[in-house]
Amino acid sequence: MIKVLFFAELRERLGESEFMIEDFMGVTVADVLRELLELNPRWHQILSEQKMLIAVNHTMSGLSSPVKSGDEIAFFPPVTGG
Amino acid sequence: MLSVQYEDFDLAKEYACLRMRSDNAGALVMFVGLVRDLPDGLLQMTLEHYPQMTEKALGNIIADAKQRWPLQAVRIIHRVGNLQPSDQIVFVGVASAHRAAAFSAAEFIMDYLKTQAPFWKRETQSNGERWVAAKVSDEKALEKWK
Repeated sequence: MIKVLFFAELRERLGESEFMIEDFMGVTVADVLRELLELNPRWHQILSEQKMLIAVNHTMSGLSSPVKSGDEIAFFPPVTGG
Repeated sequence: MLSVQYEDFDLAKEYACLRMRSDNAGALVMFVGLVRDLPDGLLQMTLEHYPQMTEKALGNIIADAKQRWPLQAVRIIHRVGNLQPSDQIVFVGVASAHRAAAFSAAEFIMDYLKTQAPFWKRETQSNGERWVAAKVSDEKALEKWK
């Protein structure tokens, strides 16, 4: 199982803060994204249009980063703290 | 040492704490970021974050800074929740033997915090709310450290 989290503007636009992928068969973040879009086709535009950052288990990662069952993947807009 | 908190922070207390933690420092640099008002009025600034990741990201930034400069003490405080114009939002304090390292490390920490730590600002004005957009200049600021 993969736990997917969304933050800030992305969370608002998707109307979802958390999503579980039960039987994850892929190996990278790109696979997670593909499964998310298959399960939620209406998210396609939002998840592909803007610059999006990715964290795997709380570390900044990229589309090619490895993912295994039990991991937490977060998608969020560029950060604006400080 | 780092804190992510709703409460405000006290500069005198932070200064005393940094001095206590740095035995023979010759330089202590403290930076405070404030909530800026907008030309047409800011009612509220709300800070959202990714709690499980925030402390890890800030901890990594402190570790990176310590690898680059001989630092005796480092302190980061970042506030979350609802803030008003002119409120304190972020604190970075660095103690080192000499000022060059202390100035550089404080700037380095802020530059990385701005682009790597998972915080997001949302502004409320009289005509509605909007998420603050990330600045290209913040991303460019990282180039000088590469």
